[in-house]
Amino acid sequence: MARAGRKTAVEWLIFAVLLTGVVLTCGPFAWMLGTSIKPDAEVFQFPPTLLTGDPKLDNYSEIFSAIPFGRAFLNSMIVCIAITLAQLIVCSMAAYAFACLEFRGREALFLIYLAALMVPPQVTIIPNFILVRTLGWIDTYQGLILPFAFSSFGTFLLRQYFKTIPRELIEAARIDGAKHWQIYLFIVMPLSRAALGALAIFAFVSQWNNFLWPLIATTRVEMQTVTVALSTLQGQYNTDWPLLMTGSVLAVAPVIAVFILGNRSFIAGLTAGGFGGR
Amino acid sequence: MARRVPLGRQDERVAWLFLAPSLILFTTFTGLPVLAAFLISFTQWDLFNPPRFVALGNYLTLARDGIFGKVMGNTAYFVLASVPAQMILGLLCALALNRGIMGQTFFRVAYFLPVVTSTIAAALVWAWLFNTNFGLINALLSSVGVSDPPRWLGSTAWAMPAVITVSVWQNVGYAMVLFLAGLQNIPRELYDAGAIDGAKGWKRLIYITLPLLSPTTFFVLIISIIGSFQVFELVFVMTNAGPANATNTLVFYIYQNGFQFYQMGYASAAAMVLFLIVLVATLVQYRLQTRWVHYG
Repeated sequence: MARAGRKTAVEWLIFAVLLTGVVLTCGPFAWMLGTSIKPDAEVFQFPPTLLTGDPKLDNYSEIFSAIPFGRAFLNSMIVCIAITLAQLIVCSMAAYAFACLEFRGREALFLIYLAALMVPPQVTIIPNFILVRTLGWIDTYQGLILPFAFSSFGTFLLRQYFKTIPRELIEAARIDGAKHWQIYLFIVMPLSRAALGALAIFAFVSQWNNFLWPLIATTRVEMQTVTVALSTLQGQYNTDWPLLMTGSVLAVAPVIAVFILGNRSFIAGLTAGGFGGR
Repeated sequence: MARRVPLGRQDERVAWLFLAPSLILFTTFTGLPVLAAFLISFTQWDLFNPPRFVALGNYLTLARDGIFGKVMGNTAYFVLASVPAQMILGLLCALALNRGIMGQTFFRVAYFLPVVTSTIAAALVWAWLFNTNFGLINALLSSVGVSDPPRWLGSTAWAMPAVITVSVWQNVGYAMVLFLAGLQNIPRELYDAGAIDGAKGWKRLIYITLPLLSPTTFFVLIISIIGSFQVFELVFVMTNAGPANATNTLVFYIYQNGFQFYQMGYASAAAMVLFLIVLVATLVQYRLQTRWVHYG
């Protein structure tokens, strides 16, 4: 009896510590939201109030006139959706070749793609900037999208998944006279919805949060993505904390929604691939 | 059996068609740029005048540049402080959640939330929390009797610890998820066998769990080191590398020289230093992983 009692006490202690951890990890989000609805006078009050008694939503309309935040939102949506779709198509095609076809140089090429995971993105950013600038693609959607339309990580993830599809299925289709593009489109892709979903969520979220490339590939405020617009906002309103917090809430909200809806497949994708996760 | 379609020549052509889009994109935006970055690092190039070959000039300048020395020191400080902290906290969270505690999914989501959050937004809210005069952190400190709380982002001594804190906050959940996956890979029979030999509680942790978890631990270590060397956005938003370069780190320095000073050659040389560090870390991981694997 005494042992069992101590065990429960330990469990409760761990539970309490974990709850404190939640306050630390999620507290900043609450503070972000709380500040965004505070009246200006209350923001610089000391000691600060945790929750205002007089919530205001003014900042949520003001932010759209302070900078073209709506446009930035649209830009991010266009760029993220285009990159996600492009990666799904390009990576799955490459993965099909690596997993289901025989050709000379297969292992070597796959190794080269994998080796690219070791290259930090900051290494290629200078040549890519020079390339995009030479092409006149600064401040264009293609300049924001194309450098990320292929991903080694995505190819690796899908290839591993395609390899688990029974070979007999593919060979039976071949015997029935199916072409490879038919097998790819009507057998392999429909069977791989879980992996494709994980890649889609992962690609969307990491592109939504991407910062350095859109920062240097845009000069006009109309072409900025949400993260870049947020840093512009900081430059112009660096002490207007309620407005900055409003921008942060809006920048974070779509990703949190995607994450909570697709939590399981997101984490599955992250741990399956390992490398290139960040 | 006789109608089996021979794999081979016709596969070959189809394969290259399937690979074409990825090959074009990979070559244009990754393959050639890596080579180009290497070549540019031997030039002096401001993008307005033609590049001038300077051989190892940029690397020699890096070696002599006092700011670059400081930058490397700062980066090392950041990596050495943030990696162990996020790993230890991540492991503790994973061990706690792996006990089958109630609300496991809730805790997992709550701890992982910072990982998926935009670093720019996270950096903004933490800059506000660390605000010297009106921030919540100093308000809490003075409420417990600290009469002269740090000036945090405005102080050369405290700016870096503040940036490290945010990095740890953002990455604990990532380490936790990887550790949890590792813990769930440990076969139950080993614990049952251990129980017969009297391994319980701490003993079980030290003699069974931790050794069997070591491949995961090593993987998390390398991933964290590589990620930490690339810190940029936190510095960009919270301190803009200040005060007095106290938080200037390697990637910020690359950004600064490339895109603020337009010294493409010099920035590329600094980028090559980053590449070398990441390469060494990855090769160490690759060489040692076989030695760390305890189960098949």
